[in-house]
Amino acid sequence: MVACAEAWRGDGAILASPMGLIPSLGARLARLTFAPDLLLTDGEAYLVDAEGGIEGWLPYAKVFTMLAAGRRHVMMGAAQIDRSGNQNISVIGDWKRPKAQLLGVRGAPGNTVNHPVSYWVPRHSPRVFVDRVDMVCGVGYDRGAHELRVVVTNLAVLDFGTPERTMRLRSVHPGVEVDEVVAATGFPLTIPDPVPVTRWPADDELGLIRTRLDAGRAREDELR
Amino acid sequence: MTPDEIVAELRDGMTIGIGGWGSRRKPMALVRAILRAPLRNLTVVSYAGPDVGLLVSSGQATRVVTGFASLDSIALEPHFRRARQAGTVELTELDEGMLHWGLLAAAHRLPFLPIRAGLGSGVLEVNPELRTVRSPYHDGEELVAMPALRLDAALVHMNRADAAGNGQYLGPDPYFDDLFCLAAERAYVSCERIVASFDGPPQTLLLNRAMVHGVAETPNGAHFTSCVPDYGRDEAFQARYAAAAADPGEWEKFRAAYLDGDEAAYQKAIQ
Repeated sequence: MVACAEAWRGDGAILASPMGLIPSLGARLARLTFAPDLLLTDGEAYLVDAEGGIEGWLPYAKVFTMLAAGRRHVMMGAAQIDRSGNQNISVIGDWKRPKAQLLGVRGAPGNTVNHPVSYWVPRHSPRVFVDRVDMVCGVGYDRGAHELRVVVTNLAVLDFGTPERTMRLRSVHPGVEVDEVVAATGFPLTIPDPVPVTRWPADDELGLIRTRLDAGRAREDELR
Repeated sequence: MTPDEIVAELRDGMTIGIGGWGSRRKPMALVRAILRAPLRNLTVVSYAGPDVGLLVSSGQATRVVTGFASLDSIALEPHFRRARQAGTVELTELDEGMLHWGLLAAAHRLPFLPIRAGLGSGVLEVNPELRTVRSPYHDGEELVAMPALRLDAALVHMNRADAAGNGQYLGPDPYFDDLFCLAAERAYVSCERIVASFDGPPQTLLLNRAMVHGVAETPNGAHFTSCVPDYGRDEAFQARYAAAAADPGEWEKFRAAYLDGDEAAYQKAIQ
């Protein structure tokens, strides 16, 4: 969750759009600590402050405008993602008659060419980190992505900090071996030497997570 | 008008836009009226929810133009999912912003509007008819030329309307209901209540009568989708809908219990 929060560090007064529980908790944690200027929504049409109080109105049409203006950083999920960061949330299998119809492209094509995008993958596996995605929804760096910030998983944090802008291991979470990450990734990863360890939450962050953000420990369900 | 009178103005093969978003403020009474009509070969343009699910399940929508089909609290629309996997519905899959831009172009009587969304993505591959355009100014940027999504008819649901066709939303988001109406040859509004005069701030008056060709009073007409502040989504009923939609035998029972009768029968059955 802290690794998700870190994705928004330094973003200033832009709209943070987290998809999923742990990215949402991460964005709220960032806002409560090191990124107080972030704008957060209630999931419908209101901008809310850290306490959930209404501070603004942002219906979908205005979200689309902020998106196109580049004043947004979204953390999306990915059913599949490749080495250059092409992401798929639409279908598994042939698009014409998919084996599994998933969410659809949603806003992923527009997000990835307009503003920073990060990804959250709760189960890091070769089924997600694939050689080739079945449908390009979010575009990767080889197809003109604006900025792909980080990919946060249950095992590690990855980024695109290579000369070719392909995926690189940025840090492993405490207790995770580099070999586990390599084995769970279906394409060659660039591995730095040494590999940093993802930072542990600070005491004040742990306090906020346990008492304010997720006292009911819902976060554990998303990682099962 | 009644929902059935509105649906009697629709024709086979039409492109119909449906307002709302996902499982929020959908003109469900009008959708249910389509289910009772012999309409065929419809193309449905929508930020899709159970409206699309029902019209796909009945076989009446043969093409869907959308970026997703979701029940919000249930991520995937079950009928749409089944139909896609069975290959029984055609899809024009667009980025959410491209759909917005297509409606805006149609509303403004423009052939297209330029947009970055779609560039480099599979959307341009699965829709080979989409073209790009180069900026004629010094930047020379290549952009997607999103074609106008012209509609034969639009169906939207408002909290309030008057008999002349002025419409008011009272919830947090207008969605794109005004654009759906302006993009359409003919626009039809269902509403919770027809009023003689409006209360509330002027910016809640989303639709004016020049955009609207017919109004039907359909109390609880967005059920089971949300229509705040009049009512929220009926989550329990939506869960039953989704469970039934996952199983053909159960769906037959659900349809017989809720959808085979008229709107009054539906409203009685859900009590």
